[in-house]
Formats: sequence, C-alpha cells, structure tokens
Amino acid sequence: MKSDRELINSEGRRLDGRSPHDLRKIKIEAGVLHRADGSCSLEWGGNKVLVAVYGPREAVPRHVQNPLKAIVQARYNMAAFSVEDRKRPGPDRRSVEISKVISEALEKVVLIEQFPRASIDVNIEVLDAEAGTRCAGLTAAGVALVDAGIPLRDIPVACAAGKIGGRVVLDLGKEEDNYGDADLPIAISPRTGEVLLLQMDGHLTIDEFNEAFDLAMKGCYEVSEIQKKAILQKYQSAAAEVQE
Amino acid sequence: MTIVPAIKRDYITKLAEQGKRIDGRGFDQYRPIEIETKVVNKAEGSARVKIGNTQVLCGIKMDIGEPFPDTPTTGVMSTAAEFVPLASPDFESGPPREDAIELARVVDRGVRESQVIQLEKLCITPGEKVWLVFIDIHILDYDGNLFDAASLAALAALLTTKVPISRFIKNLDEKDRASWQQQLLDIYTIPGIDEAPFGSDDTNNTQVTINDFPLPMIEPPISCTAVKINDFVLFDSCFDEEIIADARLTVATDHKGDIRAMQKGLSGSFSREEIQKVIKGALDNGQEIRKILNQSIGK
Repeated sequence: MKSDRELINSEGRRLDGRSPHDLRKIKIEAGVLHRADGSCSLEWGGNKVLVAVYGPREAVPRHVQNPLKAIVQARYNMAAFSVEDRKRPGPDRRSVEISKVISEALEKVVLIEQFPRASIDVNIEVLDAEAGTRCAGLTAAGVALVDAGIPLRDIPVACAAGKIGGRVVLDLGKEEDNYGDADLPIAISPRTGEVLLLQMDGHLTIDEFNEAFDLAMKGCYEVSEIQKKAILQKYQSAAAEVQE
Repeated sequence: MTIVPAIKRDYITKLAEQGKRIDGRGFDQYRPIEIETKVVNKAEGSARVKIGNTQVLCGIKMDIGEPFPDTPTTGVMSTAAEFVPLASPDFESGPPREDAIELARVVDRGVRESQVIQLEKLCITPGEKVWLVFIDIHILDYDGNLFDAASLAALAALLTTKVPISRFIKNLDEKDRASWQQQLLDIYTIPGIDEAPFGSDDTNNTQVTINDFPLPMIEPPISCTAVKINDFVLFDSCFDEEIIADARLTVATDHKGDIRAMQKGLSGSFSREEIQKVIKGALDNGQEIRKILNQSIGK
C-alpha cells in the first residue's frame, strides 16, 4: 500500500519534520510504580509504555522452573484503547510473539545463573501505540530491571531503522511504518555491541541492510544515554531526599 | 491468612483503638487524589487517577455497531477491567478473574443505572446503527480502593470523550447520514454542548463536514467506599487495610445529595448505624471528590 503523501521529501525531511538520522522525542522515568520491585515509564514519540518488574521470585507453575538458572518471563500487552480501532483485551498471536522475543533478549543480559528455579517477570503495558512499541517496551524493560536491582551484564536497549521512499532512516513513525518499504528493529547490549533482538520485514538490499543496521546501532547508543540519565536521576533524587 | 497480614491486623486494630491509621489519616479521610485527563492520544477519552499510591487508567474507545434488538434506538456501552500483572505481585495474566469482573460490573452499573451517558442520544439509524462506547479500565498500581479509583477514572475519561464522528462519517451511507443529522439537532439541545454541530457547509451540500463533539452526559454520581475492620469503619482503605477488611460498602451519591447506588462486599456485616455512618462519609467525601473531578475536566 502506498501513502498518498510523500514520506520523505527531496531535502530529506520526513512527515514529522525529522531528518533521516533523527530519533523521535524520548522521555524515560524510573521507579514510577509503588507495588512493583522495579518500574519504568517511557514515552517515545506517540508511544507510551509502562513496565513493571517482579522478582526474582519462585517460578510458577513448577514445571517451568529451571533447576540451574532463572527464567525471564516478559509479557507484552496492549491496552484496548491504545490503538485506532479498539483492540480486544488479552493476548493475541502478535503479542505472544513479541513477548517471546523480548524474553529471550532480556535473558541474555540478566545474570540468570544466580537465581535457580526463579522467575523474573517483566510486564510491559502499551498504553498508547504509534509504531515501534516493541523497541519502546524493551528499552523500558531495561530500565525497570535496573530499578528492580536485578543483576545485569548490561542495560539492554532497542531501536529500529527502516526504509521509506527509497532512503534508509532511523526510528520509523506511524505513517512510515504503515507505508514504508522496510522496518528493522534491533536490540543490543551497548557495552559489547552484541545483538539481542533482530527482526526485519520489507525489502532491503545488502548495502541498505548494512546501512540500516549501523543506523539502528547508532540509535541504540543514543537511547542508551537517555536510559542511563533516567536511572541516575532516580538515585540522585533518592539521595537528595535522604539528605533532607 | 498468612502470617504477615495477621501481624498487620494486630497493628492496624491497635492503632484504630487509639483513633489512628497506619498512614496517619483520619477514619473518614481520603488519601490525596489526582486526576489527569487526555493521557492517551489514541483513545476517544482517557484519564489517569491516583488515590495515594493506587493508580488506575481508563480509556474510552468508540465504534459504530448494531443496537440490541430490544433497545433499537439506544447506544451500547460495555465496561471491562484488566488486573494487569504490572499492578501487583498477586495479579496474574489470563482471562479476567472474579474480582476484575466484579469491579467492571460495579463501575458499569454506576454509569449505566444512573444514566450518566445519554445512550438514547447515541442512535444513528434506529434498529441498524448506534454508537458503541467501550470503557476499558487498567489497574496500574494496586494500593487499595480500586472501586473508587476505577469509577472516578471512568467518569473523568467519559467526561472528556469526544465522539469521533469525523473518523467514522465515511462509513455512513446517505440514509445513515440523514438520520444522524436529525439526531445531532437533538443532541445540541443539551445544555453544555454548544459547539457547532456542523463545520463549514460545502456549497454543493453533498459533503458536510462534522466536528467531533463531547459525549452527551449528565452530572454523574460519585462513589465512595469504606471498609470495616473489627468495629472500625475506615474510608479509602489502603492495601494493608483492605486485605484484612471484614466488610466493604460502596455508596454513590449525586450532586443533590441523593443515593444512586450501593454495593456491599466481603463476608463481614454492617449494622444500621454503621451504614448511616458510611452514607454520611460518602456524602462529605463525594462533595470534595466532585470538586476535584470538575477541576480536572476544566469545569
């Protein structure tokens, strides 16, 4: 399907005024929920995502336990009112798949060998959706895991690149996702550059893929800085409260 | 009951005997209430309500669908609550359990029975097309008193809902449009809805642009909930109080001071005097909460 509007003009301006290498606006806050062991609220363009981490706690039912290490159970859930046409509440095939790839990505960075038979539950609620919710969810999950004090090798971070109107661009917006040529969300461990999640749909040449991949990596590093600031911010305000 | 609530019960009742609560509030006193509206862009209306540490988000979506055969000229509303596992270590994913269903039904009744939404004004073509109103409640952080938080969130979200006619007008055929314009004239006789029903008329009169308009509502009743622990009646229970409560009573009062709905829960009982006490407290707190609600929707 083609958009009736030009997604990117000859000067390289996109519909929302961004240049090809610009991210949408990102706002992250850690420790926003009272009951959760760790939590994070994240706004990424028009996306609003809330993540709560519980655990490590005993994995139930018993048969899912691993006697040698913990399991990470991410659950990606979209609110009924987060999309244009109301979504029926509850899991569908799409959210089950996203939950699985996010769980696997997180399992790589959590020191799961420290908590045999335990589960680390990561609940991702998408409250407002506008393209790129899995990246937003995984990025918020990284911050929430830190906030919960779960031992990690690194803070995982995600970002997407894609192709619109024949050009490779960073962080697709809604129209760009719907009518663009390709979408490549990745998640990395920024300290080592290891890729934790990678999905691609659409059509890219080898050269375009390499360009998009490098661009998405660059995006991840930018988002990673915002994550670290949010975590620091939480501890600084906590320290200020103690001093009072 | 596990050991921790048993110890807490001791502590809470000892404090209550001295006229105190664990967070220093009076028996009738609510925690600070915050209401933020228009928090979800994709929803037709939305509100996030905080009562102390409890946080609830409500979003309204609308669609066009068929009316029920027995009420061919009224719109349809439905309410669902999700106890997402984000909100508490005890909530599990999966289909809604009985507590989520009870909450959704109590909120639904509060809105439906007092006719807060004027559903009869949401008919497009009698017997064929009416507006559907979906009220979806997400519990984000559970620190007690979900009934009041969820009802308040639903009301604040409904009061800021715009009927998305501009998005749906293309789905309506000539007959539906003609019928709907008749309905619109009626809607704009409601006091409070004074925005122009129609935008600029096209000269050839085939394309009438229509603006989204506020959901037709009347002044809603406000729900206040109290719990009973031993012989003490406490309003707006926090989580620790709620899990040891013997009985719970919700009273919804309207702006005239009349009672519009009541619901008792849990296995304990109330005496006549205690019920009177809850009604009195619900009236007083209801006044205050109504002010906060009106402020949040800019009234």
